[in-house]
Amino acid sequence: MKKLFASAAAVFISAAALHAPANAADLTICVEGAYPPFSETTADGDIVGFDIDMANAMCASMGKSCEMAKTDWDGIIPALIEKKCDAIIASMSITEERKKVIDFSEKYYQTPAKFIAAEDAGLTDTPEGLAGKVVGIQRGTIHQDFMEGEFPDVELKLYGTQDEVYLDLQAGRIDAAMADSVAMDDGFLKTENGAGYAFFGGDYSILKYHGDGAGIGVRQEDTELRDAFTKAIADIRDSGEYDEIAKKYFDFDVYGGS
Amino acid sequence: MALICGRPPRTSPDPAFADWGDGGAALALKHWSMFAHGACVTVELTALSLIFGMLIAIPAALAMARGWRFWGGFARSYAYVFRGSPLLVQAYLIYYGLSQFEVVRDSVLWPFLREAYWCALLAFTLNTGAYTAEILRGAIAATPKGELEGAKALGLSPFKSTWLVELPSAARRALPQYGNEIIFMMHGSVIASVITIQDILGAGRTLNAKYYVAYEGFITAALLYMALTMVIVLCVRGMEKRWLAHLAVGR
Repeated sequence: MKKLFASAAAVFISAAALHAPANAADLTICVEGAYPPFSETTADGDIVGFDIDMANAMCASMGKSCEMAKTDWDGIIPALIEKKCDAIIASMSITEERKKVIDFSEKYYQTPAKFIAAEDAGLTDTPEGLAGKVVGIQRGTIHQDFMEGEFPDVELKLYGTQDEVYLDLQAGRIDAAMADSVAMDDGFLKTENGAGYAFFGGDYSILKYHGDGAGIGVRQEDTELRDAFTKAIADIRDSGEYDEIAKKYFDFDVYGGS
Repeated sequence: MALICGRPPRTSPDPAFADWGDGGAALALKHWSMFAHGACVTVELTALSLIFGMLIAIPAALAMARGWRFWGGFARSYAYVFRGSPLLVQAYLIYYGLSQFEVVRDSVLWPFLREAYWCALLAFTLNTGAYTAEILRGAIAATPKGELEGAKALGLSPFKSTWLVELPSAARRALPQYGNEIIFMMHGSVIASVITIQDILGAGRTLNAKYYVAYEGFITAALLYMALTMVIVLCVRGMEKRWLAHLAVGR
């Protein structure tokens, strides 16, 4: 009887251990998994991409074990604040507005925002040229703030993920989309589905909206962790690991000007 | 894009974010116009789908209750399909699924299916129509024989007997259950927000996303849904008092 009880307890304990893997890693990182090529979910459910490789490289450089937690974009900052994770590595732009709630490391890359539309749409990126048109954007991004501030007469359609924006652009429900240029180039234009679509207008990188590049988001009180990430970015840039990873995804300097 | 609600108001024309940091209730109050528009969209979508759903449900319920071979079978399969899969899946299939086909995009229906609003209305109508048909079918099947015999004795034609005796009688019996369906439909209409419609939940999510808060938008949305539910409950109770008064005798 005692033996039975002991083995039942052992089963129970090991089952409990299996259900609490979060404690195994030093850091839990919130990632999005729906923003190719920075972060995407494979058919097997794995999350891969530039953000993920960066996260792993930084964690290795800091000597910490990290675990990725897939989190919806519009709940990613609350997830950090409520300690569901310890850092956000999800191509999040460093903006003044976000700095009111969380803190950021230095940038780990910086790319401009752009518009895309059908090649033959003949649109121009002026407030008049887009007046009355429907532009799709991901809810709660810097692009929403940018569009609301600079294009008041454009009808905005808000989506949960960038992939849904592409679906509706192909369906013809929206005239154009505004997002990060690299995300749209690799995530849509260079894919099969992106045939017949192209960039139009200029590169946008306005400090007020687009911030200082993408950084690693941490809770405001975690200044040590913030500095550790900043140091890790510098370290992997020095060691050449950054360029090695970047080469896998991009044929240009994704880090942007220093 | 909604019919009488118009376009959603801009959340903030000036992205200076001067109003950030007011916290919870104040944040929601500052964006009351966004929630008012959302409530309008929710009420409109729910009301229209209930009306159109009823138009489908009456003939479907009759066909099922009468056991008509073809139309009865057709109605039963319809009710099975739309009660058998989640409303969220139906809405996704109609909105993102249909638009994948060139045939659909080239068809005369595209001007409608292009708009998220009509896709939501279509999904909601078909869904509530299926549930309502089942509710009505049960109520029709439970019609006391005497009522129909009385109608026959009065010399009513089968058509008149159905419209003047059988259906009104079934409608009374179905009322408490239908009241439930109205509430379910309104809560089900949150699915509109996942296909880009700014209903009450859409407004809540926008508030959350804009100010990086976890629950302020959801609490505001929940309060609004509860208020609307209260209105529905009171209306249905009033109708029950009026039309089911005979059941209250002796209480």
